Amino acid sequence: MSTIAIARIELLIARRNMWVFTSLILMGLFSSVLTLAGGAPTGTLGIDPLLIATTSITTLSVYLIPLIGLLLSFDAIAGESERGTLALSLTYPLSRGEILLGKFIAHLMVLGFAVAVGLALTAGLTIWKYGSADLNYLPLLKLFVTSLALGAAFLGIGYTISALAKQTGVASGIVIIVWLICVVLYDLGLLGALVADGGGTFTKSIFPWLLVANPADAFRLINMPTETVSTLATGLGAAGQASGFAPQLASLLLWPVLALSMAWAAFRRVEP
Amino acid sequence: MTLLGIENVSKSYGDVHSVQGVSLNLNEGERVALLGHNGAGKTTLMRMVLGLTPLTSGRISVLGQPPGTRKARTAIGFLPESVAFHGALTGREQLHHFARLKGVKRAVADDLLERVGLTHAMNRKIRTYSKGMRQRIGLAQALLGKPRLALLDEPTSGLDPISRHEFYDIVDDLAKGGTAVLLSSHALTELESRTDRIAIMSQGHLLANDSLSNLREAARLPIQVRVKATAETADDVAARLGGTRVNGASVALEVQQEGKVSLLGQITGLGDLVKDIDVTPASLEDLYRHYSVPQQEGK
Repeated sequence: MSTIAIARIELLIARRNMWVFTSLILMGLFSSVLTLAGGAPTGTLGIDPLLIATTSITTLSVYLIPLIGLLLSFDAIAGESERGTLALSLTYPLSRGEILLGKFIAHLMVLGFAVAVGLALTAGLTIWKYGSADLNYLPLLKLFVTSLALGAAFLGIGYTISALAKQTGVASGIVIIVWLICVVLYDLGLLGALVADGGGTFTKSIFPWLLVANPADAFRLINMPTETVSTLATGLGAAGQASGFAPQLASLLLWPVLALSMAWAAFRRVEP
Repeated sequence: MTLLGIENVSKSYGDVHSVQGVSLNLNEGERVALLGHNGAGKTTLMRMVLGLTPLTSGRISVLGQPPGTRKARTAIGFLPESVAFHGALTGREQLHHFARLKGVKRAVADDLLERVGLTHAMNRKIRTYSKGMRQRIGLAQALLGKPRLALLDEPTSGLDPISRHEFYDIVDDLAKGGTAVLLSSHALTELESRTDRIAIMSQGHLLANDSLSNLREAARLPIQVRVKATAETADDVAARLGGTRVNGASVALEVQQEGKVSLLGQITGLGDLVKDIDVTPASLEDLYRHYSVPQQEGK
């Protein structure tokens, strides 16, 4: 019951603070633009237009979803601790796990709602442009579910940072650094290592696993099924697909669990 | 029945000893004021009772439970010093949220909003509230679910005199219903008639813990007597009673409790020479200084 109460109040706060609105605008706007413009280079080549759109949106989501996840979560513990509201909450008969879970449910709902609206716009615009015949909706569904998993992982990472940093200002700085590392620098580092290795052992046996260990990359690999598209988009895809679907899925499913466990462990040590 | 038992409790942060060997019990329906300078250890003691801060040594029991357990937390109502809420919520939404956490009906929360005089502002965002209004919301949430033990940390700071009076009426009602109330305050004068027992803390130690009258007796602080005469007769009165002349027409005297009645008899014996008499027993402020200042100076 307490978890639901926390989730409820967090949703209300997210609505008042315009987080819902901001996430919605971000995802809605980018999804629409990419759907409308994404088909331009292919013209009428006979490739499923929805596949083109989801590929474009995947590329974007790799950046946006971790960002939204971290922005929703960085204040969750540090902010409440700083304002003094956490101490009062903890004098009520509910556990820290319940507080964390309640916040997580609310924030995941905000994120899920934004992604759902974005993807619905994509589907709607595609049907409007190309008609509903021969469209395969499976990639769209896959994109939605994996987006939730990716968002959940970064929510957990954000809570962990929030609990460890204890100050909102510090937490906000750290989440931006973590975001940069996960979605940009990690891939650049791997790319550099690939070039240096020149197709040796690293490229064949270590690189695919390092790539899939990053939830953002696992998300990208799952949603860019054909090597051609993937390679075009990132330059990393071809070698990355070597790890296969199961490890990619495992990475995406394990990261939220791992991140939330870390957040819980860090939150337990916070003295409000 | 003892609702709160604090036995020889200490809390240290490295070399800083915030609370040292404090023992204090609170019984059903008792109102106890916890006094002390800033940094005396009052808030730390409350936080330990709430289970927010772990004890370094000693033992605390809330209704027989260790602090911080679900049962202990269900039994406690807490009003923190400078209470904070999320500014984006309305007073009513915030209180309904706390009611859900305590498993209390929302109608009860609405009644409490009326009890603390916030019905008119309950649908406004908390960020528009004055400090006094936030304090009222804080009090309302502390009253949710009829707590067996109420911990109120500086509850009247930010309240105007009328609101303070209303606040103590609410505390009285709580105590009548059997709740043990522990409240800390700096506003000493308002506590005199409103509490059953006074506990004084200084530098982590509990220096006094008794009823106001017993503390007065033990401290043996003199009663101040001021006799008003006229400018012409003041010296005469001062000579007869053995006091000192002050403010031109008055005479100031100090007397212990046991000499009070005979002194008053002496004063009435002066007849028309005396225009008025003021008798002031040692105030809580005097007592507080008596009990806490030697400790401060000693260190």
